[in-house]
Amino acid sequence: MTLDSPTVTGNRGLVIEEPLIFEQGSPDKCGVDLPEPDDRPDRLGGVARSGPIGLPGLSEPEVVRHYTRLSQKNYAIDAGFYPLGSCTMKHNPRLNERMARLPGFADLHPFQPESTVQGALAAMGHLSDWLLGLTGMEAVALSPGAGAHGELCGMQAIRAALDARGADERRVVLVPDSAHGTNPATAALCGFQVRGIPGNDRGRVDVDAFKAALDDRVAAVMLTNPNTCGLFESDILELSTAVHEAGAYFYLDGANFNAIVGRVRIADLGADAMHINLHKTFSTPHGGGGPGAGPTVLSGALAPFAPLPHIVADGAGYRLVEHVEGDMQPFGRMKGFHGQFGVFVRALSYMMSMGVDGLRQASGDAVLNANYVMARLRETLTPSFEGPCMHEALFDDRFLKGTGVSTLDFAKAMIDEGFHPMTMYFPLVVHGAMLMEPTETESKESVDAFCDAVLALADKAKAGDAAFFTGAPRHTPRRRLDETKAARNPVLRWEPPAPAQAAE
Amino acid sequence: MSTLYFTEDHEWIAVDGDTATVGITDYAQKQLGDVVFVEVPEAGKTLAKGDEAAVIESVKAASEVYAPVSGAVIEGNADLADAPATVNESPMDDGWFFKMTLSDTSELDDLMDQEAYDSFVAGLD
Repeated sequence: MTLDSPTVTGNRGLVIEEPLIFEQGSPDKCGVDLPEPDDRPDRLGGVARSGPIGLPGLSEPEVVRHYTRLSQKNYAIDAGFYPLGSCTMKHNPRLNERMARLPGFADLHPFQPESTVQGALAAMGHLSDWLLGLTGMEAVALSPGAGAHGELCGMQAIRAALDARGADERRVVLVPDSAHGTNPATAALCGFQVRGIPGNDRGRVDVDAFKAALDDRVAAVMLTNPNTCGLFESDILELSTAVHEAGAYFYLDGANFNAIVGRVRIADLGADAMHINLHKTFSTPHGGGGPGAGPTVLSGALAPFAPLPHIVADGAGYRLVEHVEGDMQPFGRMKGFHGQFGVFVRALSYMMSMGVDGLRQASGDAVLNANYVMARLRETLTPSFEGPCMHEALFDDRFLKGTGVSTLDFAKAMIDEGFHPMTMYFPLVVHGAMLMEPTETESKESVDAFCDAVLALADKAKAGDAAFFTGAPRHTPRRRLDETKAARNPVLRWEPPAPAQAAE
Repeated sequence: MSTLYFTEDHEWIAVDGDTATVGITDYAQKQLGDVVFVEVPEAGKTLAKGDEAAVIESVKAASEVYAPVSGAVIEGNADLADAPATVNESPMDDGWFFKMTLSDTSELDDLMDQEAYDSFVAGLD
């Protein structure tokens, strides 16, 4: 521990105490040296700013160092193991970045004539073909900008299909306990009333409760499979059949597609709609590293209602369908333009470099890694459910009972060990959840290093050293934050110190 | 003197004639941890038994408070917006969420009394 040997600067080796850029610069300094122009006609129509806005002035190296130092305080998949369950933090191959930076892809404008962007449209067409091939579905909307946006797209298509058949009484959406938290929010946003369905003691949907809830007011069911307990919904065919017999639609949340890609055709499960998080399953950056993308695949029943634009292969080339043609009944658009094109290129690059066999192996390795974590930890920690898991291993806090250590304390100690903590307190259906998703990215060595640390910490907690945990983290630039105070009294804006204010 | 009932979702309801006060139990606030945000219903809102009546957010999770019985909201506890910690400090008293009328007092028969709720909670740990 170095805490009792303070340095003059407050820095600790390469761990630099980095002030805010506003605290470093000052409005009366400037990093560039330009002569005052003699003649400054007002071309701003009288809306020129009336006073200084207090931007700090710094030299270029000061700015470069500031942002470089900030970036070094970030934890990222490029820096280490990132077992955040339900998030699929897999490696983003550099090949994807190389492809996305090709000038023919990177330097486009969405208003360019179609004849000049045939390659880009072809890439979107190929991506569509891959997504339809992997899921067996009828149509795909590429434009949704993230997972929850894809949910919105699928549920809007369901809403449009219900409206088209005049089923105004169907306004209830069933959402099992083990679904993603965004599902009920999406259903509510589309004007549906949400009804929860309990899980059973195997961590799956309670089939009897599910069937009992299906009546002629039900518009749709939103199910996540594998679910947020990391378990495959083994009764899914019985569930989807019951949904369709009841005259409702079946929305599948594809956030956990990484566990089954190349192995399960979504159409075979009876799904009517599913969003696909390209940023999870298909290795595009996320978690602060880049925009998401949530293309949504639709069944034959919903395909006529797919939002515009559509990508169509027409004879020699591709074109974007931006207006209604034939008997299509699009419910609208999801975005002004065509979606996260740079993400499409990265995802397609991943698919083409992996191949179908490679994607199949990736999902298998992701499940194998999670089960390896489960096997190594299950005797010491407390798994929430019996049997093997899919792509993520779920534990609860029973192993900490009576130790005085909480899931949060345990996660803070993981930070000192150099790991991004697992997902905590989610899913809500188990107490003090710890959800670990290693993905296929990690080698046996890195998974072992993680498990070794978890096991050692669990032993330490059980041995009664609660103070070690409640005092963690110790090696971070800042110690434990007061999350309650941060939420109750958030300080969201830097204010200049009082003397500077008085001088103005 | 009001009579206290409890739900399996850890709400309490103190009934006095055909009006009642609703809040969450001490067990619920302990499970949630530090409460950082509360949204209570507006007066006049009609609630069916089991409807989402209020929203509560803690450092751990966001969840709903359900109407233990059917009725109409008389008043939401406006003090909670600025002082959500009251739910932690005084869940059974100053931390009440809303007052309501009861449209069907027979719905109270489905709820638990203090003794039944205590043994229900004991069975959860």
